[in-house]
Amino acid sequence: MRLYAVVAAGGFRRYATYRVATAAGVFTNTVFGLIVAYTYIALWDERPRLGGYDLPEALTYVWLGQALLMTCAMMGGGFEDELIERIRTGDIAIDLYRPADLQLWWLAGDLGRAAFHLLGRGIVPMVLGSLAFDLVFPASPLTWLAFFVSVALGVVVSFAVRFLVALSAFWLMDGAGVMQICWLATLFFSGMLLPLNLFPGVLGEVARALPWSSLLQVPADVFLGKHTGWSLVQAYAFQAGWAVALLAAGRALQRVATRRVVVQGG
Amino acid sequence: MGEAVRAYGLIAAMWIRSTMTYRTSFVMTTLGNFAATGFDFVTILLMFSHVDALGGYSLPEIAFLYGTTSTAFGLADLVMGSMDRLGRRVRDGTLDTLLVRPVPVLAQVAADRFALRRLGRISQGLLVLGYGLANLDVGWTAAKVAMVPLMLLSGGAIFASVFVAGGAFQFWAQDASEVQNSFTYGGNTLLQYPPSIFAKDLVRGVTFVVPLAFVNWVPSLYVLGREDPLGLPDWLAFLPPLVAAVCCGLAAQAWRVGLHSYRSTGS
Repeated sequence: MRLYAVVAAGGFRRYATYRVATAAGVFTNTVFGLIVAYTYIALWDERPRLGGYDLPEALTYVWLGQALLMTCAMMGGGFEDELIERIRTGDIAIDLYRPADLQLWWLAGDLGRAAFHLLGRGIVPMVLGSLAFDLVFPASPLTWLAFFVSVALGVVVSFAVRFLVALSAFWLMDGAGVMQICWLATLFFSGMLLPLNLFPGVLGEVARALPWSSLLQVPADVFLGKHTGWSLVQAYAFQAGWAVALLAAGRALQRVATRRVVVQGG
Repeated sequence: MGEAVRAYGLIAAMWIRSTMTYRTSFVMTTLGNFAATGFDFVTILLMFSHVDALGGYSLPEIAFLYGTTSTAFGLADLVMGSMDRLGRRVRDGTLDTLLVRPVPVLAQVAADRFALRRLGRISQGLLVLGYGLANLDVGWTAAKVAMVPLMLLSGGAIFASVFVAGGAFQFWAQDASEVQNSFTYGGNTLLQYPPSIFAKDLVRGVTFVVPLAFVNWVPSLYVLGREDPLGLPDWLAFLPPLVAAVCCGLAAQAWRVGLHSYRSTGS
Protein backbone atom coordinates (compact mmCIF):
# COMPACT_ATOMS: atom_id res chain seq x y z
CA MET A 1 0.00 0.00 0.00
CA ARG A 2 2.85 2.37 0.92
CA LEU A 3 4.47 1.60 -2.41
CA TYR A 4 1.40 2.67 -4.38
CA ALA A 5 1.08 5.86 -2.34
CA VAL A 6 4.66 6.71 -3.32
CA VAL A 7 3.89 5.96 -6.99
CA ALA A 8 0.80 8.19 -6.83
CA ALA A 9 2.82 11.01 -5.27
CA GLY A 10 5.37 10.53 -8.04
CA GLY A 11 2.63 10.82 -10.66
CA PHE A 12 1.50 14.08 -9.07
CA ARG A 13 5.00 15.54 -8.89
CA ARG A 14 5.83 14.50 -12.42
CA TYR A 15 3.05 16.59 -13.94
CA ALA A 16 3.61 19.41 -11.46
CA THR A 17 7.05 19.88 -13.05
CA TYR A 18 5.59 21.29 -16.25
CA ARG A 19 4.58 24.72 -14.99
CA VAL A 20 4.62 26.58 -18.31
CA ALA A 21 2.69 23.79 -20.01
CA THR A 22 0.13 23.87 -17.18
CA ALA A 23 -0.29 27.63 -17.50
CA ALA A 24 -0.71 27.24 -21.27
CA GLY A 25 -3.28 24.52 -20.66
CA VAL A 26 -5.22 26.70 -18.24
CA PHE A 27 -5.35 29.39 -20.93
CA THR A 28 -6.65 26.89 -23.50
CA ASN A 29 -9.27 25.47 -21.11
CA THR A 30 -10.47 28.99 -20.40
CA VAL A 31 -10.71 29.94 -24.08
CA PHE A 32 -12.67 26.79 -24.94
CA GLY A 33 -14.84 27.26 -21.84
CA LEU A 34 -15.71 30.78 -23.03
CA ILE A 35 -16.59 29.67 -26.57
CA VAL A 36 -18.74 26.73 -25.45
CA ALA A 37 -20.43 28.85 -22.77
CA TYR A 38 -21.66 31.34 -25.39
CA THR A 39 -23.04 28.53 -27.57
CA TYR A 40 -24.91 27.18 -24.52
CA ILE A 41 -26.30 30.65 -23.78
CA ALA A 42 -27.67 30.80 -27.36
CA LEU A 43 -29.15 27.33 -26.95
CA TRP A 44 -30.73 27.94 -23.52
CA ASP A 45 -31.96 31.31 -24.77
CA GLU A 46 -34.17 29.39 -27.22
CA ARG A 47 -35.08 26.59 -24.83
CA PRO A 48 -34.87 27.54 -21.14
CA ARG A 49 -34.61 24.54 -18.79
CA LEU A 50 -33.37 22.28 -21.58
CA GLY A 51 -32.41 18.86 -20.23
CA GLY A 52 -33.64 19.88 -16.78
CA TYR A 53 -30.91 22.53 -16.34
CA ASP A 54 -31.47 26.23 -15.98
CA LEU A 55 -28.92 28.53 -17.63
CA PRO A 56 -26.55 28.94 -14.62
CA GLU A 57 -26.55 25.14 -14.21
CA ALA A 58 -25.81 24.63 -17.92
CA LEU A 59 -22.94 27.12 -17.76
CA THR A 60 -21.58 25.44 -14.64
CA TYR A 61 -21.68 22.18 -16.60
CA VAL A 62 -19.49 23.77 -19.31
CA TRP A 63 -16.78 24.80 -16.85
CA LEU A 64 -16.94 21.45 -15.01
CA GLY A 65 -16.27 19.86 -18.41
CA GLN A 66 -13.15 21.99 -18.83
CA ALA A 67 -12.05 21.19 -15.26
CA LEU A 68 -12.47 17.44 -15.75
CA LEU A 69 -11.15 17.21 -19.34
CA MET A 70 -7.56 16.59 -18.27
CA THR A 71 -8.45 15.08 -14.88
CA CYS A 72 -10.32 12.21 -16.56
CA ALA A 73 -7.87 12.26 -19.53
CA MET A 74 -10.79 12.56 -21.96
CA MET A 75 -8.53 13.44 -24.87
CA GLY A 76 -5.74 11.10 -23.81
CA GLY A 77 -2.52 12.43 -22.32
CA GLY A 78 -2.39 9.96 -19.47
CA PHE A 79 -0.21 6.90 -18.88
CA GLU A 80 -1.45 5.00 -21.95
CA ASP A 81 1.08 6.37 -24.48
CA GLU A 82 3.93 5.31 -22.23
CA LEU A 83 2.50 1.86 -21.51
CA ILE A 84 1.93 1.20 -25.23
CA GLU A 85 5.49 2.30 -25.95
CA ARG A 86 6.82 -0.06 -23.27
CA ILE A 87 4.80 -2.92 -24.73
CA ARG A 88 6.02 -2.15 -28.24
CA THR A 89 9.69 -1.98 -27.26
CA GLY A 90 9.52 -4.96 -24.89
CA ASP A 91 10.42 -2.89 -21.82
CA ILE A 92 7.19 -4.23 -20.35
CA ALA A 93 9.12 -7.41 -19.48
CA ILE A 94 11.08 -5.41 -16.91
CA ASP A 95 7.85 -4.09 -15.38
CA LEU A 96 6.59 -7.63 -14.97
CA TYR A 97 9.67 -8.57 -12.91
CA ARG A 98 8.96 -5.82 -10.41
CA PRO A 99 7.48 -6.91 -7.08
CA ALA A 100 4.41 -4.77 -7.80
CA ASP A 101 1.13 -5.43 -9.54
CA LEU A 102 1.16 -4.00 -13.08
CA GLN A 103 -2.40 -2.68 -13.04
CA LEU A 104 -2.23 -1.17 -9.55
CA TRP A 105 1.14 0.40 -10.33
CA TRP A 106 -0.21 2.30 -13.34
CA LEU A 107 -3.49 3.09 -11.54
CA ALA A 108 -1.62 4.70 -8.65
CA GLY A 109 0.44 6.84 -11.04
CA ASP A 110 -2.68 7.85 -12.96
CA LEU A 111 -4.52 8.86 -9.75
CA GLY A 112 -1.58 11.13 -8.91
CA ARG A 113 -1.72 12.65 -12.41
CA ALA A 114 -5.48 13.18 -12.11
CA ALA A 115 -5.14 14.87 -8.71
CA PHE A 116 -2.60 17.30 -10.14
CA HIS A 117 -4.72 18.12 -13.18
CA LEU A 118 -7.82 18.70 -11.04
CA LEU A 119 -5.89 21.31 -9.03
CA GLY A 120 -3.65 22.60 -11.81
CA ARG A 121 -6.07 22.80 -14.70
CA GLY A 122 -9.45 22.71 -12.98
CA ILE A 123 -9.55 25.43 -10.35
CA VAL A 124 -8.30 28.48 -12.26
CA PRO A 125 -10.57 28.07 -15.34
CA MET A 126 -13.49 27.45 -12.97
CA VAL A 127 -12.74 30.66 -11.06
CA LEU A 128 -12.32 32.65 -14.29
CA GLY A 129 -15.56 31.14 -15.59
CA SER A 130 -17.39 32.21 -12.43
CA LEU A 131 -16.12 35.77 -12.91
CA ALA A 132 -17.44 35.92 -16.48
CA PHE A 133 -20.72 34.08 -15.93
CA ASP A 134 -23.25 33.38 -13.22
CA LEU A 135 -22.34 29.86 -12.04
CA VAL A 136 -23.84 27.74 -9.26
CA PHE A 137 -21.61 26.24 -6.57
CA PRO A 138 -22.72 23.69 -3.97
CA ALA A 139 -23.72 25.35 -0.72
CA SER A 140 -23.10 22.31 1.44
CA PRO A 141 -19.60 20.90 2.09
CA LEU A 142 -21.23 17.47 1.87
CA THR A 143 -22.09 18.09 -1.79
CA TRP A 144 -18.47 19.05 -2.44
CA LEU A 145 -17.36 15.83 -0.76
CA ALA A 146 -19.88 13.81 -2.77
CA PHE A 147 -18.57 15.46 -5.93
CA PHE A 148 -14.93 14.60 -5.23
CA VAL A 149 -15.85 10.97 -4.53
CA SER A 150 -17.71 10.87 -7.85
CA VAL A 151 -14.71 12.42 -9.68
CA ALA A 152 -12.39 9.82 -8.12
CA LEU A 153 -14.68 7.03 -9.31
CA GLY A 154 -14.76 8.64 -12.76
CA VAL A 155 -10.97 8.72 -12.90
CA VAL A 156 -10.83 5.00 -12.03
CA VAL A 157 -13.35 4.18 -14.80
CA SER A 158 -11.34 6.30 -17.24
CA PHE A 159 -8.15 4.51 -16.16
CA ALA A 160 -9.75 1.07 -16.53
CA VAL A 161 -10.85 1.84 -20.11
CA ARG A 162 -7.45 3.24 -21.11
CA PHE A 163 -5.68 0.27 -19.48
CA LEU A 164 -7.69 -2.09 -21.71
CA VAL A 165 -6.86 0.05 -24.75
CA ALA A 166 -3.15 0.07 -23.89
CA LEU A 167 -3.06 -3.71 -23.42
CA SER A 168 -4.45 -4.15 -26.94
CA ALA A 169 -0.94 -3.17 -28.07
CA PHE A 170 0.19 -6.68 -27.08
CA TRP A 171 -1.73 -7.86 -30.14
CA LEU A 172 -1.73 -4.81 -32.43
CA MET A 173 1.77 -3.47 -31.62
CA ASP A 174 0.60 -0.05 -32.80
CA GLY A 175 -1.95 1.49 -30.46
CA ALA A 176 -2.68 4.66 -32.48
CA GLY A 177 -5.90 3.48 -34.14
CA VAL A 178 -7.49 2.05 -30.99
CA MET A 179 -6.47 5.09 -28.95
CA GLN A 180 -8.10 7.39 -31.46
CA ILE A 181 -11.34 5.40 -31.35
CA CYS A 182 -11.12 5.43 -27.55
CA TRP A 183 -10.88 9.19 -27.20
CA LEU A 184 -13.56 9.74 -29.83
CA ALA A 185 -15.92 7.51 -27.84
CA THR A 186 -14.87 9.27 -24.63
CA LEU A 187 -15.58 12.77 -25.94
CA PHE A 188 -18.92 11.75 -27.37
CA PHE A 189 -20.28 9.54 -24.60
CA SER A 190 -18.90 11.37 -21.56
CA GLY A 191 -21.14 14.36 -22.18
CA MET A 192 -18.22 16.61 -23.12
CA LEU A 193 -19.83 17.74 -26.40
CA LEU A 194 -23.29 18.23 -24.95
CA PRO A 195 -24.93 16.99 -21.73
CA LEU A 196 -26.18 13.43 -22.27
CA ASN A 197 -29.64 14.54 -21.07
CA LEU A 198 -29.91 16.39 -24.39
CA PHE A 199 -29.20 13.30 -26.52
CA PRO A 200 -32.47 12.21 -28.12
CA GLY A 201 -34.30 8.91 -27.51
CA VAL A 202 -32.47 5.61 -27.54
CA LEU A 203 -29.12 7.28 -28.25
CA GLY A 204 -29.51 9.16 -24.98
CA GLU A 205 -30.47 6.05 -23.02
CA VAL A 206 -27.51 4.11 -24.40
CA ALA A 207 -25.11 7.01 -23.82
CA ARG A 208 -26.21 7.36 -20.19
CA ALA A 209 -25.76 3.61 -19.56
CA LEU A 210 -22.23 3.39 -20.99
CA PRO A 211 -19.17 3.70 -18.70
CA TRP A 212 -18.07 7.05 -20.15
CA SER A 213 -20.97 8.91 -18.53
CA SER A 214 -19.07 8.34 -15.24
CA LEU A 215 -16.37 10.74 -16.45
CA LEU A 216 -18.36 13.96 -16.69
CA GLN A 217 -22.15 13.59 -16.74
CA VAL A 218 -22.42 11.84 -13.35
CA PRO A 219 -19.89 14.00 -11.43
CA ALA A 220 -21.43 17.17 -12.93
CA ASP A 221 -24.92 16.10 -11.83
CA VAL A 222 -23.59 15.38 -8.34
CA PHE A 223 -22.00 18.85 -8.28
CA LEU A 224 -25.28 20.43 -9.40
CA GLY A 225 -27.15 18.61 -6.63
CA LYS A 226 -29.19 16.44 -9.03
CA HIS A 227 -28.20 13.32 -7.08
CA THR A 228 -28.98 13.30 -3.39
CA GLY A 229 -29.92 10.54 -0.96
CA TRP A 230 -30.87 7.30 -2.66
CA SER A 231 -30.18 8.75 -6.11
CA LEU A 232 -26.59 9.51 -5.04
CA VAL A 233 -26.15 5.91 -3.88
CA GLN A 234 -27.39 4.74 -7.28
CA ALA A 235 -24.99 7.10 -9.10
CA TYR A 236 -22.07 5.80 -7.04
CA ALA A 237 -23.16 2.20 -7.63
CA PHE A 238 -23.26 2.88 -11.39
CA GLN A 239 -19.74 4.31 -11.40
CA ALA A 240 -18.30 1.74 -9.03
CA GLY A 241 -19.96 -1.08 -10.96
CA TRP A 242 -18.31 -0.03 -14.21
CA ALA A 243 -15.00 0.53 -12.41
CA VAL A 244 -15.00 -2.97 -10.94
CA ALA A 245 -16.16 -4.65 -14.16
CA LEU A 246 -13.60 -2.86 -16.34
CA LEU A 247 -10.75 -3.33 -13.87
CA ALA A 248 -11.57 -7.05 -13.73
CA ALA A 249 -11.59 -7.21 -17.54
CA GLY A 250 -8.22 -5.45 -17.58
CA ARG A 251 -6.86 -7.93 -15.05
CA ALA A 252 -8.05 -10.89 -17.14
CA LEU A 253 -6.56 -9.40 -20.29
CA GLN A 254 -3.33 -8.66 -18.44
CA ARG A 255 -3.04 -12.34 -17.49
CA VAL A 256 -3.49 -13.47 -21.10
CA ALA A 257 -1.13 -10.76 -22.37
CA THR A 258 1.56 -11.61 -19.84
CA ARG A 259 1.53 -15.18 -21.03
CA ARG A 260 2.11 -13.87 -24.56
CA VAL A 261 5.22 -12.03 -23.44
CA VAL A 262 6.65 -15.20 -21.94
CA VAL A 263 5.85 -17.16 -25.10
CA GLN A 264 7.60 -14.59 -27.26
CA GLY A 265 10.55 -14.56 -24.92
CA GLY A 266 10.02 -10.91 -23.94
CA MET B 1 10.83 31.42 -51.54
CA GLY B 2 10.87 29.06 -54.57
CA GLU B 3 13.57 27.05 -52.87
CA ALA B 4 11.46 26.76 -49.71
CA VAL B 5 8.43 25.53 -51.64
CA ARG B 6 10.56 22.97 -53.49
CA ALA B 7 12.09 21.71 -50.27
CA TYR B 8 8.65 21.53 -48.67
CA GLY B 9 7.39 19.49 -51.62
CA LEU B 10 10.28 17.04 -51.43
CA ILE B 11 9.94 16.46 -47.69
CA ALA B 12 6.15 16.14 -47.93
CA ALA B 13 6.46 13.64 -50.80
CA MET B 14 8.86 11.59 -48.70
CA TRP B 15 6.38 11.44 -45.81
CA ILE B 16 3.53 10.55 -48.17
CA ARG B 17 5.57 7.63 -49.55
CA SER B 18 6.35 6.44 -46.04
CA THR B 19 2.66 6.71 -45.05
CA MET B 20 1.60 4.74 -48.10
CA THR B 21 3.73 1.82 -46.97
CA TYR B 22 0.96 1.06 -44.48
CA ARG B 23 -2.12 1.64 -46.62
CA THR B 24 -4.67 0.15 -44.21
CA SER B 25 -3.36 2.30 -41.39
CA PHE B 26 -3.56 5.35 -43.67
CA VAL B 27 -7.18 4.65 -44.59
CA MET B 28 -8.08 4.05 -40.92
CA THR B 29 -6.45 7.23 -39.62
CA THR B 30 -7.96 9.32 -42.45
CA LEU B 31 -11.41 7.97 -41.63
CA GLY B 32 -10.68 8.60 -37.94
CA ASN B 33 -9.71 12.18 -38.78
CA PHE B 34 -12.92 12.57 -40.76
CA ALA B 35 -15.02 11.22 -37.87
CA ALA B 36 -13.17 13.17 -35.17
CA THR B 37 -13.67 16.50 -36.89
CA GLY B 38 -17.26 15.54 -37.71
CA PHE B 39 -18.18 15.42 -34.02
CA ASP B 40 -18.31 19.20 -33.93
CA PHE B 41 -21.05 19.14 -36.53
CA VAL B 42 -22.83 16.27 -34.77
CA THR B 43 -22.95 18.53 -31.69
CA ILE B 44 -24.56 21.26 -33.78
CA LEU B 45 -27.07 18.74 -35.19
CA LEU B 46 -27.90 17.59 -31.65
CA MET B 47 -28.47 21.23 -30.69
CA PHE B 48 -30.79 21.66 -33.66
CA SER B 49 -32.80 18.64 -32.53
CA HIS B 50 -34.02 21.01 -29.78
CA VAL B 51 -34.15 24.38 -31.58
CA ASP B 52 -34.88 25.80 -35.03
CA ALA B 53 -32.36 28.61 -34.88
CA LEU B 54 -29.25 29.44 -32.88
CA GLY B 55 -28.48 33.12 -32.39
CA GLY B 56 -31.00 33.81 -35.16
CA TYR B 57 -29.17 31.59 -37.66
CA SER B 58 -30.75 28.57 -39.36
CA LEU B 59 -29.02 25.19 -39.70
CA PRO B 60 -27.94 25.73 -43.37
CA GLU B 61 -26.49 29.13 -42.43
CA ILE B 62 -24.49 27.61 -39.57
CA ALA B 63 -23.45 24.77 -41.90
CA PHE B 64 -22.10 27.45 -44.25
CA LEU B 65 -20.08 29.05 -41.44
CA TYR B 66 -18.95 25.64 -40.23
CA GLY B 67 -17.98 24.40 -43.71
CA THR B 68 -16.01 27.50 -44.63
CA THR B 69 -13.95 27.65 -41.43
CA SER B 70 -13.39 23.87 -41.27
CA THR B 71 -12.16 23.72 -44.85
CA ALA B 72 -9.95 26.80 -44.46
CA PHE B 73 -8.57 25.44 -41.18
CA GLY B 74 -8.12 22.01 -42.75
CA LEU B 75 -6.02 23.51 -45.57
CA ALA B 76 -3.81 25.32 -43.06
CA ASP B 77 -3.57 22.19 -40.90
CA LEU B 78 -2.54 20.09 -43.90
CA VAL B 79 0.25 22.47 -44.88
CA MET B 80 1.37 23.85 -41.48
CA GLY B 81 -0.10 21.46 -38.90
CA SER B 82 3.32 20.18 -37.84
CA MET B 83 4.36 23.57 -36.45
CA ASP B 84 3.24 22.64 -32.95
CA ARG B 85 6.06 20.10 -32.77
CA LEU B 86 8.58 22.92 -32.78
CA GLY B 87 8.54 23.33 -29.00
CA ARG B 88 9.62 19.72 -28.58
CA ARG B 89 12.45 20.21 -31.07
CA VAL B 90 13.64 23.28 -29.19
CA ARG B 91 13.52 21.36 -25.88
CA ASP B 92 15.35 18.25 -27.03
CA GLY B 93 17.81 20.07 -29.28
CA THR B 94 16.90 18.26 -32.52
CA LEU B 95 16.22 21.64 -34.14
CA ASP B 96 20.01 21.95 -34.54
CA THR B 97 19.96 19.21 -37.19
CA LEU B 98 17.63 21.33 -39.30
CA LEU B 99 19.77 24.46 -38.95
CA VAL B 100 22.81 22.96 -40.61
CA ARG B 101 20.93 21.81 -43.70
CA PRO B 102 21.00 24.14 -46.74
CA VAL B 103 17.18 24.35 -46.78
CA PRO B 104 14.93 26.98 -45.14
CA VAL B 105 14.16 25.91 -41.56
CA LEU B 106 10.50 26.91 -41.81
CA ALA B 107 9.96 24.59 -44.78
CA GLN B 108 11.60 21.73 -42.88
CA VAL B 109 9.63 22.24 -39.68
CA ALA B 110 6.31 22.68 -41.51
CA ALA B 111 6.78 19.65 -43.76
CA ASP B 112 8.03 17.46 -40.91
CA ARG B 113 5.77 14.40 -40.60
CA PHE B 114 3.52 15.76 -43.34
CA ALA B 115 0.25 13.93 -42.71
CA LEU B 116 -1.97 13.28 -45.70
CA ARG B 117 -4.61 11.88 -43.31
CA ARG B 118 -5.47 15.51 -42.55
CA LEU B 119 -7.40 15.39 -45.83
CA GLY B 120 -10.06 13.84 -43.57
CA ARG B 121 -10.72 17.24 -41.98
CA ILE B 122 -10.87 19.04 -45.36
CA SER B 123 -13.29 16.54 -46.88
CA GLN B 124 -15.51 16.73 -43.80
CA GLY B 125 -15.55 20.53 -44.02
CA LEU B 126 -16.32 20.47 -47.73
CA LEU B 127 -19.16 18.00 -47.16
CA VAL B 128 -20.84 20.25 -44.57
CA LEU B 129 -20.20 23.28 -46.80
CA GLY B 130 -21.88 21.43 -49.68
CA TYR B 131 -24.88 20.71 -47.47
CA GLY B 132 -25.04 24.36 -46.44
CA LEU B 133 -24.77 25.67 -50.00
CA ALA B 134 -27.44 23.27 -51.24
CA ASN B 135 -29.92 24.40 -48.59
CA LEU B 136 -29.18 28.11 -48.30
CA ASP B 137 -31.80 30.60 -49.35
CA VAL B 138 -29.49 33.21 -50.87
CA GLY B 139 -29.80 35.40 -53.97
CA TRP B 140 -26.55 34.37 -55.59
CA THR B 141 -24.60 37.00 -57.54
CA ALA B 142 -21.27 36.58 -59.33
CA ALA B 143 -19.53 38.38 -56.46
CA LYS B 144 -21.11 36.08 -53.86
CA VAL B 145 -20.19 32.96 -55.82
CA ALA B 146 -16.59 34.12 -56.20
CA MET B 147 -16.48 34.93 -52.50
CA VAL B 148 -16.72 31.26 -51.47
CA PRO B 149 -13.42 29.93 -52.92
CA LEU B 150 -11.78 33.25 -52.04
CA MET B 151 -12.78 32.78 -48.39
CA LEU B 152 -11.40 29.26 -48.26
CA LEU B 153 -7.99 30.26 -49.63
CA SER B 154 -7.62 33.52 -47.68
CA GLY B 155 -8.93 31.82 -44.56
CA GLY B 156 -6.43 29.01 -45.01
CA ALA B 157 -3.63 31.58 -45.30
CA ILE B 158 -4.81 33.43 -42.16
CA PHE B 159 -4.89 30.19 -40.14
CA ALA B 160 -1.48 29.21 -41.61
CA SER B 161 0.01 32.48 -40.38
CA VAL B 162 -1.40 31.74 -36.91
CA PHE B 163 0.35 28.36 -37.01
CA VAL B 164 3.66 30.03 -37.98
CA ALA B 165 3.31 32.78 -35.38
CA GLY B 166 2.51 30.12 -32.78
CA GLY B 167 5.61 28.21 -33.87
CA ALA B 168 7.72 31.36 -33.52
CA PHE B 169 6.30 31.91 -30.02
CA GLN B 170 7.61 28.49 -29.01
CA PHE B 171 11.21 29.59 -29.51
CA TRP B 172 10.68 31.44 -26.22
CA ALA B 173 7.92 29.49 -24.54
CA GLN B 174 9.09 25.97 -25.45
CA ASP B 175 6.40 23.85 -23.81
CA ALA B 176 3.46 26.22 -24.27
CA SER B 177 2.19 24.70 -27.50
CA GLU B 178 -1.30 24.58 -25.98
CA VAL B 179 -1.58 28.37 -26.23
CA GLN B 180 -1.35 27.90 -29.97
CA ASN B 181 -4.27 25.44 -29.82
CA SER B 182 -6.46 28.18 -28.35
CA PHE B 183 -6.03 30.26 -31.48
CA THR B 184 -6.03 27.46 -34.06
CA TYR B 185 -8.49 24.82 -32.83
CA GLY B 186 -10.23 27.32 -30.56
CA GLY B 187 -10.52 29.85 -33.39
CA ASN B 188 -11.94 27.17 -35.66
CA THR B 189 -14.57 26.21 -33.05
CA LEU B 190 -15.46 29.88 -32.51
CA LEU B 191 -15.99 30.55 -36.22
CA GLN B 192 -18.29 27.54 -36.58
CA TYR B 193 -20.96 29.53 -34.71
CA PRO B 194 -22.55 32.84 -35.75
CA PRO B 195 -20.94 36.03 -34.40
CA SER B 196 -24.34 37.11 -33.02
CA ILE B 197 -24.09 34.70 -30.08
CA PHE B 198 -20.77 36.01 -28.72
CA ALA B 199 -20.05 39.05 -26.55
CA LYS B 200 -19.25 42.15 -28.61
CA ASP B 201 -15.78 42.47 -27.05
CA LEU B 202 -14.91 38.95 -28.10
CA VAL B 203 -16.05 39.68 -31.67
CA ARG B 204 -14.01 42.91 -31.64
CA GLY B 205 -10.98 40.96 -30.43
CA VAL B 206 -11.08 38.44 -33.27
CA THR B 207 -11.75 41.20 -35.81
CA PHE B 208 -9.11 43.77 -34.88
CA VAL B 209 -6.51 41.97 -32.72
CA VAL B 210 -6.23 38.41 -34.06
CA PRO B 211 -8.17 38.91 -37.32
CA LEU B 212 -9.77 35.45 -37.40
CA ALA B 213 -13.14 37.06 -38.20
CA PHE B 214 -11.87 37.59 -41.76
CA VAL B 215 -11.60 33.81 -42.24
CA ASN B 216 -15.37 33.50 -42.56
CA TRP B 217 -17.47 35.77 -40.32
CA VAL B 218 -16.98 39.04 -42.20
CA PRO B 219 -17.27 37.61 -45.76
CA SER B 220 -20.13 35.28 -44.71
CA LEU B 221 -22.24 38.17 -43.46
CA TYR B 222 -22.00 39.58 -46.99
CA VAL B 223 -22.85 36.25 -48.67
CA LEU B 224 -25.74 35.56 -46.28
CA GLY B 225 -26.96 39.16 -46.43
CA ARG B 226 -26.73 39.64 -42.67
CA GLU B 227 -26.13 42.71 -40.53
CA ASP B 228 -22.68 42.98 -39.00
CA PRO B 229 -23.06 42.87 -35.18
CA LEU B 230 -20.34 45.52 -34.86
CA GLY B 231 -21.97 47.72 -37.52
CA LEU B 232 -18.95 47.50 -39.81
CA PRO B 233 -19.33 48.52 -43.49
CA ASP B 234 -20.05 46.00 -46.27
CA TRP B 235 -16.86 46.51 -48.25
CA LEU B 236 -14.86 44.86 -45.45
CA ALA B 237 -16.13 41.56 -46.89
CA PHE B 238 -13.66 41.97 -49.76
CA LEU B 239 -10.64 42.42 -47.49
CA PRO B 240 -9.77 38.77 -46.61
CA PRO B 241 -7.01 38.41 -49.27
CA LEU B 242 -5.37 41.62 -48.03
CA VAL B 243 -5.73 40.60 -44.37
CA ALA B 244 -4.24 37.21 -45.23
CA ALA B 245 -1.25 38.83 -46.96
CA VAL B 246 -0.59 41.14 -43.99
CA CYS B 247 -0.90 38.22 -41.52
CA CYS B 248 1.54 36.10 -43.52
CA GLY B 249 4.01 38.98 -43.63
CA LEU B 250 3.80 39.54 -39.86
CA ALA B 251 4.07 35.82 -39.13
CA ALA B 252 7.15 35.53 -41.36
CA GLN B 253 8.71 38.44 -39.48
CA ALA B 254 7.91 36.83 -36.11
CA TRP B 255 9.44 33.58 -37.34
CA ARG B 256 12.67 35.34 -38.37
CA VAL B 257 13.00 37.09 -35.02
CA GLY B 258 12.25 33.84 -33.19
CA LEU B 259 14.78 31.85 -35.16
CA HIS B 260 17.50 34.47 -34.57
CA SER B 261 16.92 34.41 -30.84
CA TYR B 262 17.26 30.62 -30.75
CA ARG B 263 20.01 29.26 -28.54
CA SER B 264 20.58 25.54 -28.58
CA THR B 265 20.00 23.48 -25.44
CA GLY B 266 23.72 23.12 -24.90
CA SER B 267 23.36 19.56 -23.73
